[in-house]
Amino acid sequence: MLVFLLNRLWQSVILLLIVSIIGFTILNLMPGGPLAQFALDPGMTQADMDRLAEQMGLNRPLPVQYFDWLMRMLRGDWGTSFRDGVPVLDVIGRHLFATLLLMGSSTVIAIGIGTWIGIRGATHRYSMFDYSATVGAMVALSIPTFWFGLVGIYVFSLRLGWLPAGNMYTIGDGSVLNYLHHLILPSIVLSLVNVAVWSRYMRSATLDVINQDFVKTARAKGLTERRVLMKHVVGNALLPMITLAGMQLPSILGGALVTETVFTWPGMGRLFLDSLGYSDYPVVMGLLMFSAFLTVLGNLIADVVIAMVDPRIRLG
Amino acid sequence: MSTASLSEPRSRWWQGRAVRRFARHRLALIGVVMITALTLACVAGPWLLPYDSLYIDLRARFAPPMTGQHYLGTDPLGRDIAARLLMAGRTSLLVGVCAMVLSTLLGAFVGVVAGYRGGWVGASLMRMVDAFLAFPSIFLVLALAALLKPSPTMITVIIAVTSWMEVARIVEAEVRSLREREFVQAGRMLGLSRSHIMFREILPNAMGPIIVAATLTVARAILLEAYVSFLGYGIQPPLPSWGNMLNGAQQYLASAPWLAIVPGITITMAVTSFNFIGDGLRDALDVRSGPG
Repeated sequence: MLVFLLNRLWQSVILLLIVSIIGFTILNLMPGGPLAQFALDPGMTQADMDRLAEQMGLNRPLPVQYFDWLMRMLRGDWGTSFRDGVPVLDVIGRHLFATLLLMGSSTVIAIGIGTWIGIRGATHRYSMFDYSATVGAMVALSIPTFWFGLVGIYVFSLRLGWLPAGNMYTIGDGSVLNYLHHLILPSIVLSLVNVAVWSRYMRSATLDVINQDFVKTARAKGLTERRVLMKHVVGNALLPMITLAGMQLPSILGGALVTETVFTWPGMGRLFLDSLGYSDYPVVMGLLMFSAFLTVLGNLIADVVIAMVDPRIRLG
Repeated sequence: MSTASLSEPRSRWWQGRAVRRFARHRLALIGVVMITALTLACVAGPWLLPYDSLYIDLRARFAPPMTGQHYLGTDPLGRDIAARLLMAGRTSLLVGVCAMVLSTLLGAFVGVVAGYRGGWVGASLMRMVDAFLAFPSIFLVLALAALLKPSPTMITVIIAVTSWMEVARIVEAEVRSLREREFVQAGRMLGLSRSHIMFREILPNAMGPIIVAATLTVARAILLEAYVSFLGYGIQPPLPSWGNMLNGAQQYLASAPWLAIVPGITITMAVTSFNFIGDGLRDALDVRSGPG
């Protein structure tokens, strides 16, 4: 286990290094590079710009600059926001909770519904239900998330008036119920794609398990079909899904960005877009790196969890 | 090679097994019909409609669908939505297809090199694929689109640069499994150059999975374009695209819902078509990947 863990950890470090190189490249793609903020100021002369570049060490060779930047990232110094001068990590921290709440609730919905659809599709293979689920999943994957959000707002907020059209809570009312009320629509919208993905994978994972010998043995022992399914099939079928949950992380994060925009949800996605609008590049870069970091961490955790529950992986 | 095959009449490509299987795939056929109809409408439609997509008529703002000859209504500037929708389709479909071609070429190139060379080169290339996959693609596309000046060409390139990884992975796996096969060894023995073996001998064998992945990439690219343009960083007005038609739709959702509904349904239709076709191709070409 220790060998597996160290090996996996080492891979993640390498991956993060490459991620950081991509990030640094994008940083230098910016018009005016890291000095973009100052280029907009009409009071700046070329001589001022040159002096600033000198002070910030921008005239050194790129590899040196990269190393310097990496060291600062590692020390937790991710720069300060152009907009309000607050350290980037603090800004991200302030918006983290809202996004995690949205992602968490939508993942719970997606896993719940997706698992049910997947198992039912596998046990009732080629039935009307299975066929509709297959087609439905493909259509669901084709609907732009933001548009689904707009339709949701139109139907449930504007027409029916059941759910709020945006924000995380009503100002002056911070009760849990109020939060939940605001959470329903955006998390359902965000879960759509994941229900589709999860149910497809769950279906094939269940099919892989359902014909194996130990399931036949369980049936032969005279267990009811329900017990066979719950005790022997589902547990084993859910195993590979842990990896999928890790892999889906970037797409859920990306979906959250779009969903947050439509629902004025005060999370990282909203922050990302606002920062783009203000040309607040340190925050944009910070969020880019942070989301990649989250993904690598998520995949690492998924692999470790899988290795813990499945000895075939850590020993093989 | 048996002599029998020489005497038999050579079967045409449309008589092949794959084509027959594709033609039996109902969803795929629906996809082909839908996308063909949509493409034809986008190519020929704008000439047949009474209004130009850029013609502004402030007296006819916010006309609901089926008002006079505004079959799908008008937008906040009184422009005809049907005309804009079809012109936007030209942009969106073209961006989608071009991004697919670029990203498939890039992905196939990286995949072949990584798979054939293996070792240090292959490992670093594949780690790069992993690293690109770690970024949420919308974040990456938005950041790049905001940093570089957005033109339709630039958006296409940006989408391609953020969606080549899937193809690279598929091709790498395929090439790695073929690398030590007899026909490759024979090629080496004949003294063929490395690039000839990689691209002319091995790559054609991976065509099936590449075609499937490429079809699904069109779907993805159209969606990505819609996302960035909706958020205001993609195709810039006055050039219409399906995404930027939705850009202002949210603020008029209560009074003019058709502004949101019409382009959204069109995007969904186009993307669904490509997903259906991709699914049909996967069955027809016997590609085993992902969930069935």
